[in-house]
Amino acid sequence: MIRSELVQKIADENPRLSQRDVERIVNTIFDQVTEAMAQGHRVELRGFGAFSVKKRDGRIGRNPRTGEAVEVEEKHVPFFKAGKLLRERLNGNEAGE
Amino acid sequence: MSENTLTRLDLAEAVHDEVGLSRNDSAALVESVLGHISDALVRGETVKISSFGTFSVRDKAARIGRNPKTGEEVPIHPRRVLTFRSSHLMKNRVAAGNRKG
Repeated sequence: MIRSELVQKIADENPRLSQRDVERIVNTIFDQVTEAMAQGHRVELRGFGAFSVKKRDGRIGRNPRTGEAVEVEEKHVPFFKAGKLLRERLNGNEAGE
Repeated sequence: MSENTLTRLDLAEAVHDEVGLSRNDSAALVESVLGHISDALVRGETVKISSFGTFSVRDKAARIGRNPKTGEEVPIHPRRVLTFRSSHLMKNRVAAGNRKG
């Protein structure tokens, strides 16, 4: 499923909303998640999962072509962990119990 | 927004602010988005949200695990796990937003 198919499903279920509004709603949700992480915050969606930011320490890397040592600065990367309910549903327990 | 954690409530509030739907309707739409993503994953589909990231389901083989406390061997059944790969746009925004100084 891609973004536009998700928008279509939501639009089909909500005939009183325009396609454009549904797009704005879906975009708002994903943008909020990204924006929260950009501010170093967590996003906790019970049953679905949690987005968080992980710190990667700086290290000495190596240019694989030349073998030259290069300093890689510390950085922060997005991380997602699936929630319990979703993990259980993926493994055939529809009730998630 | 609450201190350092965003929740469904914050997402519903953002939808309410953006399109002026009632808070109830906004909350229902947030739930619906998460529900459709979950359902697709449970069907085994990959969910690819451009400029956000890709959720995919992977099959893990059975293996023998070990209880780290007792050293006892326990079988781990084959299972499906969910992985998320963030888009470059998200990686860049998260890296830029958290850069020190």
